[in-house]
Amino acid sequence: MIQVQNLTHRYGERLALADVTFEVASGEVFGLLGPNGGGKSTLFRILSTMMVPTAGTASIAGHDVARDPAAVRGVAGVVFQTQSLDKALTVEENLRAQGHLHALSGAELRKRMDKAMEQLGLLDRRKDLVETLSGGLRRRVEIAKALLHRPQVLLMDEASTGLDPSARRDLSRHVELLKQEEGVTILLTTHILEEADRCDRLVLLHQGKIVAAGTPGALRARIGGDVVVLESGDTTGLASGIEQRFGVRPSVMDGQVLVEIANGHRFIAEVVEAFPGAVESVGLHKPTLEDVFVRETGAAIE
Amino acid sequence: MSNFLLPAATLWQRELLRFWRQKSRVLGVVAFPLVFWLVIGSGSNDLARYYSGALVLTVMFSAIFSTISIIEDRREGFLLSMLVSPAPRISMVLGKILGSATLAWIQGLLFLIFAPLAGVSVGPVELLLVAVAIFLISFTLTALGFAIAWKMESTSGFHAIMNLLLVPMWMVSGALFPMATAHGWVKAVMWVNPLTYSISLLDHVLKLPNAGGGSAPGAMASLAVTAAFGLVLLLASAVMAAQKSTRSAA
Repeated sequence: MIQVQNLTHRYGERLALADVTFEVASGEVFGLLGPNGGGKSTLFRILSTMMVPTAGTASIAGHDVARDPAAVRGVAGVVFQTQSLDKALTVEENLRAQGHLHALSGAELRKRMDKAMEQLGLLDRRKDLVETLSGGLRRRVEIAKALLHRPQVLLMDEASTGLDPSARRDLSRHVELLKQEEGVTILLTTHILEEADRCDRLVLLHQGKIVAAGTPGALRARIGGDVVVLESGDTTGLASGIEQRFGVRPSVMDGQVLVEIANGHRFIAEVVEAFPGAVESVGLHKPTLEDVFVRETGAAIE
Repeated sequence: MSNFLLPAATLWQRELLRFWRQKSRVLGVVAFPLVFWLVIGSGSNDLARYYSGALVLTVMFSAIFSTISIIEDRREGFLLSMLVSPAPRISMVLGKILGSATLAWIQGLLFLIFAPLAGVSVGPVELLLVAVAIFLISFTLTALGFAIAWKMESTSGFHAIMNLLLVPMWMVSGALFPMATAHGWVKAVMWVNPLTYSISLLDHVLKLPNAGGGSAPGAMASLAVTAAFGLVLLLASAVMAAQKSTRSAA
């Protein structure tokens, strides 16, 4: 459904996207996970036809985003990170204007507006001015708006940014329903781990490159066993000590030493014994996508 | 056809709806030109002389305030959803300009309420001509505002342009002094200034005493230049809006 081939983009001298290649299958929820400045937004702008790439190609439902943007705009719905609603208009008026931009009108448009508002739980707010809505509701209006022309692909840029956890869960519930009911393919960018975890597949982007790709499960499985987090006053000293003694390679970040190791609980006992006084606090968790990111890049997502 | 007309119509309607919900905007637009006109017109005991200038200033302020909303649309993201829709750019540009022009036109027509003070009586037939002329001027000035606002990142930049370009343009348009008594380079500037022809067009349709006086342009020339200026600006705006971007658009 979405094909990205050797996509490269430069802003002047700065390389924002370096030879990125991936494919998204029909009906998939696909995530682009990475820190701000990692290349997600650049990739998003290119896919949403806002920007022409420096090199490489991208296509949605067989239409090239640079050569045939009009066709892409017909098959893709776009939800931007920034609000794209007119606050001075009501929910309904916003949707109607969007429908008109897609040459929809009359009974057909009304039917689709009702459907979209129903799917996103907005029917009782249809007459409300957008400026009176909460952030979570506004995001839902944005999505309803993007769905009016029945796109095959929904592109969402950091859709849950600025939402509180309950609004965020609510939003993902709606997205999940859309996938099941409409079979729409969804590509989303995010820097929020729990959101990335809910994707079918994802790529991790760092400095414009794909550093890892796969299902959330497969990515986490790259880390054998557990992640042990040690806090220490002398992180580099502790890290090299651990490497010599246990034969594993820890990563060091923000005053913490991270060790990927099987049977983490046993390792904790040994490490505290081996370096008395060097360890100030200890934590143990199952690997997260953040750990995968740290392992591949040595940097944090947030 | 509907994929050309509908987007234009919906954007036109949006401008009117927004305006209707913030009616106090009328006051901001009409107040200054009215005060200017009453003070300078009464002071010089010639309200008729400055009437067209004040009306064009009303239209200009309205056109400027409406087109500033393009910058707000860009900042607030509404523009983005227009740009990623399959609607042709020219129809979006047309809808936006027609919407803003309609608002400027309405406010220009409102200013006609004061026409009796200038000794002008507008009958039904004249009213039609006057309405057409004011619409033409509204369209032209809105298109000018659009062309300027399209590339702007901030509203403060737009205010700078307004103070440095638009207001001076109005000053040397015959609104304050006739071309006949102007000297040197100012006279040359007046001759090439499209607004000179807009003011003159109004003088003609309102049958004001300064119409065609001295070296002021004739009715037909005024009409032709105003219309041509509007058309050129519309096309320029459409070309600008259709450009593909390799940078972070909006």
